[in-house]
Amino acid sequence: MKRKDLLGLEGVSREEITSILDTAMTMRQIVRSSNKKTAHLQGKSIVTLFYENSTRTRMSFELASKYMSAAAANISASASSVAKGETLIDTGVTLDQMGTDVIIIRHPMSGAPKLLAKHVKASVINAGDGMNEHPTQALLDMMTMREHLGSLDGIKVAICGDVMHSRVARSNIYGLTTMGANVVLCAPPTLIPVQIEKLGCTVADTIEDACEGADVVMGLRIQRERQQKGLFPSVAEYCDNWEITPERVALAKKHALVMHPGPMNRGVEIASSAADSDQSVITQQVESGVAVRMALLYMLTRKEQA
Amino acid sequence: MEKYLIRGGRVIDPANGIDAVKDLLIVDGKIADIGENLTAGDAEAIDASGKVVAPGFIDMHCHLRDPGLEYKEDIISGTRAAARGGFTGVCCMPNTKPVNDCAAVTRYILEKAETKGSGVHVYPVGAISKGLEGKEMAEIGRMKEAGIIAISDDGKPVSNSNLLRLAMQYADHFGVFIMSHSEDKNLVGDGVMNEGFMSTKLGLPGITRAAEEVMIARDILVAEAEGKRIHICHISTKGGVQLVREAKARGVRVTAETTPHYIGATDEWCADYDGNTRVNPPLREESDRLACIAGLVDGTLDAIATDHAPHHEDEKKVEFHLAASGFSGFETAFCISNTELVRSGAMSLSDLVKLMSANPARLLGVPGGKLGVGDAADLVVLDPDRKVVVDAKKFVSKGKNTPFDGRTYYGAVCITMVGGRVIDREQA
Ligand SMILES: [Zn+2]
Repeated sequence: MKRKDLLGLEGVSREEITSILDTAMTMRQIVRSSNKKTAHLQGKSIVTLFYENSTRTRMSFELASKYMSAAAANISASASSVAKGETLIDTGVTLDQMGTDVIIIRHPMSGAPKLLAKHVKASVINAGDGMNEHPTQALLDMMTMREHLGSLDGIKVAICGDVMHSRVARSNIYGLTTMGANVVLCAPPTLIPVQIEKLGCTVADTIEDACEGADVVMGLRIQRERQQKGLFPSVAEYCDNWEITPERVALAKKHALVMHPGPMNRGVEIASSAADSDQSVITQQVESGVAVRMALLYMLTRKEQA
Repeated sequence: MEKYLIRGGRVIDPANGIDAVKDLLIVDGKIADIGENLTAGDAEAIDASGKVVAPGFIDMHCHLRDPGLEYKEDIISGTRAAARGGFTGVCCMPNTKPVNDCAAVTRYILEKAETKGSGVHVYPVGAISKGLEGKEMAEIGRMKEAGIIAISDDGKPVSNSNLLRLAMQYADHFGVFIMSHSEDKNLVGDGVMNEGFMSTKLGLPGITRAAEEVMIARDILVAEAEGKRIHICHISTKGGVQLVREAKARGVRVTAETTPHYIGATDEWCADYDGNTRVNPPLREESDRLACIAGLVDGTLDAIATDHAPHHEDEKKVEFHLAASGFSGFETAFCISNTELVRSGAMSLSDLVKLMSANPARLLGVPGGKLGVGDAADLVVLDPDRKVVVDAKKFVSKGKNTPFDGRTYYGAVCITMVGGRVIDREQA
């Protein structure tokens, strides 16, 4: 891999995505084996720098590092310390001085990984920044889709939920459209960002339209505070119009996949009966997550020897 | 007092309808004579051939940060930077620490400017409300007596429309008018940049144009109902320009300004999440930029003000959400405006001088803005054709925060003179 960082999927080529997904398939063998130990990252030091809580993403990165024998450390900073504490640049420079090879950052503010990457020698992986991007999530989503559907070319992916605040949505739009998929979004008008179509996707009027003939129906988390902020009147009315239910999934292709990046708000953006159905690959997404992160860590740290 | 003979420059004085090569004799701080082939006598000769001599620029909207925020800028550095930018007069906004909401702070500013400033005239703008809190009216009469030029709750817009109405009535009694920072805070929400494709792409919360336009409309309607004067600050949107255009057409006493950055930059500049591109109102889109230029061309917008807002480097080298809003604007105002308006063919240099000098002087009712015999020698010598590359490190202002750093423009300020005294001369 020629790049130093992975800050997003915007501008990442089809070839690059394909090679990451191919490598991830190999890495999954390690995740599935009884002896989860390889020397791929021996002598490398990897730090997770999380300004937002996310047990699942952090653990996924930590296990990926450890399975490949890296020295892994983590730093948690509460969201409130972002404004008051040490600046992001200072923290980054300190980590650089400690010999860190890869910094994995999660941050509530869009653009923070880019700011960090500009000031450190270490490779930076964006593990989610504000409403911008969450590239490893989209990669693991694509890995899961590719495995079940064979190819991403020409497939229809319906993404339903809080698109406005979703970095998962943006990364999936970039990645999937690059791979030739058609992305259709669906949400209350107050949760659709302006001119999002210009990113190469379409916006459906109703969730029925979005699901119609889809190969994948993906839910996005609806935080309860969105209702309190006046973006929709009640959870009940949200569900009437936008919840992913088995009836709505039935409008999709027969073997369409039901996906969700988690954590789910069951009974809000997705009904349990849809999340737990035979068509759901939500648990498998988690496994893909570790594999994709192993692939990325390996590919980014290997660049120096090339 | 020194005597000067400024020789052979193209004198542009729109207030007197002059645009011709002439000599200017300056004696006792005033313009003593204008004509051809004047003799120097014992006056120091300044060769202005190939250059332009114009009335000094007057900035209706800047932040000198003094008192209280001297780490960003103070009256000394701020007035020096103003002089470097060709300004001979500046209106400083009241959002200092403490706020300029009483005569004591007004007097402090004026005294420091008088004793320690570069010589640039400083015209303090007082607060509309005490502490900029939007509740009780500040002591407008006493501040006027101490020397304020106008009132504004800049940065913290007056959301209570009745307070605006009452302040308009009350201030008018003292001959003071309101400069409105028009912004609906509810519509701004947690926005940090213009709402549009760029905010969607960058995943940054957007600010709808309506946040600005709703309040411009309100300000205009209140002024219209009261028959009073209102000045709209730093307009950034196409709709805002149109609201002013329509109001002027039906006779509302409204005037307005835009800034060099709204005619020289767009939200595409935010693409790298650089804190130096954050400003309030935010950089908008190309259609807004062109509408602001059109507004300046057709007279809808009366003036170009800098909204010079110096900040410390540490307040900009952070996440976009945390970056302070505003640009250091004095030292790039002329070259940006000259390039975007004059060299682009949108207007003549004389029209630009009107927008940066003659009109602000008239709106504020202050001396300057013209070069008649007997007028104070507040003037600039410009080299409008010279290529300049913006170098923020070399700014005289403490604030090096500008999105224009490294960009190429045309137009240099060679000499700034106030009251017949050279207060800035560019380094060779
Ligand atoms: Zn303002």
